[in-house]
Amino acid sequence: MTSGIGSWGVYLPYWRLERSAIAQSLGIAAGRGERTVASFDEDTTTLGVEASRRALATTASEEISQVLFSTPEPAYQDKTNATTIHGALSLDQHAAAYDIVGSVRSGVAALLMGLDAGARETTLVMIAEIRTGLAGGADERDSGDAAVAFRCVPEGAAVELIARASTSEEFVDRWRVPGEASSHQWEERFGEEAYVPLARAAFQEALKKAGITAEEIDTLIVTGLHARSLRVIKNSLGVDADRLAPDLALHAGNLGAAHLGISLADTLERAAPGHVIVTLQLADGADALVWRTTDAILDIQQAQRAANAKSVEEQLVSGRTDLAYNSFLTWRGQLHREPPRRPEPGRPGAPNMLRSEGWKYGFHASRCTSCGFRHLPPSRVCLKCKAVDEMEPERLADLEGTVATFTIDHLAFSLSPPTVGVVVDFDGGGRFRCELTDCDPSTVKIGMRVQMTFRRFYTADGIHNYFWKARPLQTSSAKEA
Amino acid sequence: MSSNGIRDRVAIIGMGCTKFGELWDKGTDDLLVDATKETLESAGVALDDIDAFWLGTMGSGSAGLTLSRPLKLDYKPVSRVENFCATGSEAMRNACYAVASGAYDLVMAIGVEKLKDSGYSGLTGIHQVGDGTGGSLSSPAAFSFLAPSYGHKYGVGTDEMKEVLTRIAWKNHHNGALNPRAQFKKEVSLETISKSPRVAGELGVYDCSGVADGSAAAIICRAEDAHRYTDAPLYVKGLSFVAGPAAGPIDPDYDYTTFEEVVRSAQDAYAQAGITDPRAQLAMAEVHDCFTPTELVLMEDLGFAERGTAWKEVLAGTYDLHGELPVNPDGGLKSFGHPIGASGLRMMYECWLQLRQQAPPERQIQSVGKGGRTLGLTHNLGGAPGECVSFVSIVGSELSE
Repeated sequence: MTSGIGSWGVYLPYWRLERSAIAQSLGIAAGRGERTVASFDEDTTTLGVEASRRALATTASEEISQVLFSTPEPAYQDKTNATTIHGALSLDQHAAAYDIVGSVRSGVAALLMGLDAGARETTLVMIAEIRTGLAGGADERDSGDAAVAFRCVPEGAAVELIARASTSEEFVDRWRVPGEASSHQWEERFGEEAYVPLARAAFQEALKKAGITAEEIDTLIVTGLHARSLRVIKNSLGVDADRLAPDLALHAGNLGAAHLGISLADTLERAAPGHVIVTLQLADGADALVWRTTDAILDIQQAQRAANAKSVEEQLVSGRTDLAYNSFLTWRGQLHREPPRRPEPGRPGAPNMLRSEGWKYGFHASRCTSCGFRHLPPSRVCLKCKAVDEMEPERLADLEGTVATFTIDHLAFSLSPPTVGVVVDFDGGGRFRCELTDCDPSTVKIGMRVQMTFRRFYTADGIHNYFWKARPLQTSSAKEA
Repeated sequence: MSSNGIRDRVAIIGMGCTKFGELWDKGTDDLLVDATKETLESAGVALDDIDAFWLGTMGSGSAGLTLSRPLKLDYKPVSRVENFCATGSEAMRNACYAVASGAYDLVMAIGVEKLKDSGYSGLTGIHQVGDGTGGSLSSPAAFSFLAPSYGHKYGVGTDEMKEVLTRIAWKNHHNGALNPRAQFKKEVSLETISKSPRVAGELGVYDCSGVADGSAAAIICRAEDAHRYTDAPLYVKGLSFVAGPAAGPIDPDYDYTTFEEVVRSAQDAYAQAGITDPRAQLAMAEVHDCFTPTELVLMEDLGFAERGTAWKEVLAGTYDLHGELPVNPDGGLKSFGHPIGASGLRMMYECWLQLRQQAPPERQIQSVGKGGRTLGLTHNLGGAPGECVSFVSIVGSELSE
């Protein structure tokens, strides 16, 4: 039974924090480059949605029969986060949605379970990470936020898992009690002592199972939160430095649980058929996975170019790098700012949200079957021809639109003022007024092209209010061949 | 739309209006008692003479008890009405119709709002449980869409638009400075207005109406009975109220340069009152200048200027206190202040003063008087561009022939 990945999607958030901004604010050395930062209106769930939309851009979402969501930083406990993603992707009601959350290692578990299930039916696996540490620390400086999604398919895979091996051992290197904003680490030299033999053992066992030698590896990806062990392991497995996957640290940071998947996706975007990849993740043991690309890799690469999707490589060097350090601290809840002298928004109602699930999560408009007018939000009565209950739902989440008019609102409640309000006219009809996110307010203009993005608006009484915003259209700058 | 109207069938025989402003020493009950007291004195009647009451408030109380309790009314009908920022006008309209129907002889319409007890600046609104997909834009932002759209459509540059909007705020502050009941009784220089900190889009602090507490009221009877109470009643010529389908935010055809609801309600009110050329026939207009671009667009929607020309008329002073058609001679929402439920009746109060030549001499409109103009207009809206309710009334100091 072969199992493999049919398509993938990577989402690196728009914002970057330059390490020099930390250095300047705190008067310390913080190195060069920048880290990715999830915006004030993003969480691991919305990152997962964005990565998934990219993975599904080249396929029909109706095919998905199961979604597995993994993150060390879930937006909810007890309540499943994968159902939010299921709703935002407008997946079939019969598709199962599960969270595999908590430890960093859960990400590999989700991927392996997705591959197992994917051998029978198409399964979507997402791994999302928002990671920081206390101000001035290595985790704050060296981590990054990102998400990756894989569509695991029974046939037509672009890359197949040909062997795997794991090692496990109970030891304390890194830990975090639920509710804590940052994690703790034991003295780094101890972790090296524990990790290196575990990683080496998993690696060698996986190669043995795959029947290959280290010389046959085209790309080696080594990930984990223990930086010192990663350095040692990378250089001691008999794989040349030029066959190590590009380091994402300079422009993104250590993407934690999502790092393995993002590095794998990055490799796949350039890989030829027959390319052998080994991923080795160090997290409370080690997981070594041996992959080999198929001829289908070329079709997926072509489909991604046709969809005008930004490659991982392009995403790494795009984004806004002028994020102020104090904004970053505010967004992560580490700087408690004076709230505006206006009432905070109230919590949305559970019955209201269920009744409008198609609109709120799936961004379904209604189109009048009588005259064709498109309504956002969906309406039972047609604005133009007044026909009643002659509507069909239509998902507009993946449509593009044009800014008809806009305003810069300095009063609206936001963690990142000012709020940019736009009136969007969608291609093919329909108008919607909403917030424009991930933008430079000074560049907004009438006629600007936008696309929709799923965001967390605010949290009230512990209920996260998710809905859609517009953002400036992001497309690949690479010209089609 | 079709309406029959009640031209000259009812009359206002007394009015009152409290000072508007941040009235820390007055509660809702005090404001209601103060406005009622002044209004009864104005009409020369006793509280017990009033047969029924209409109370307009957006959020300062629910049910008729909000009025009957502080006034200690002895088992009288009190209807509590709400229609966003047009709430005061809605109270007035329903009171007029009750008299016209013959159901009552003497009624009172009263509006009140106590905004400054919330502890917040600006309007606080009333939280209704929803699905969380409603917009988060502030009111100034919703109205600020008008300015760039208007400029874009009629070729008015950003700086020129700012000058037009500034001129509107300057005029209303100028008028308010002559009004002892206004929240802001001070002229403000063009420079101060145009350089005020931006609130939303091109709108600065001085482009926004004042957030105020206040109350205003009117007593209404059948027109044929009016002279039993006063030598100078104000006759109701037309009342129109329109709620739109909220098309603007969902219809790509809407271009944010007009309020269709205003156009419709104005046409209806003019038809009821027999007005064919409002700019030539009206002595004055009190309009809903919640934000300066609103007043600009209203000039065209109400037929005071051709489409695309109001900005020139504003700069030319057409709507100044002593211009061709004075608009907001009392200072408007801008400087009189905007206690939601009271504003519609406050507008009517200025018509009451001006058309009966009882405004203070320094702001008395000159076209009113023997052989002069006799008609006034009030316009009150609630909501936002493209999704609002609009009220237009015409009142006059003489019976039509």
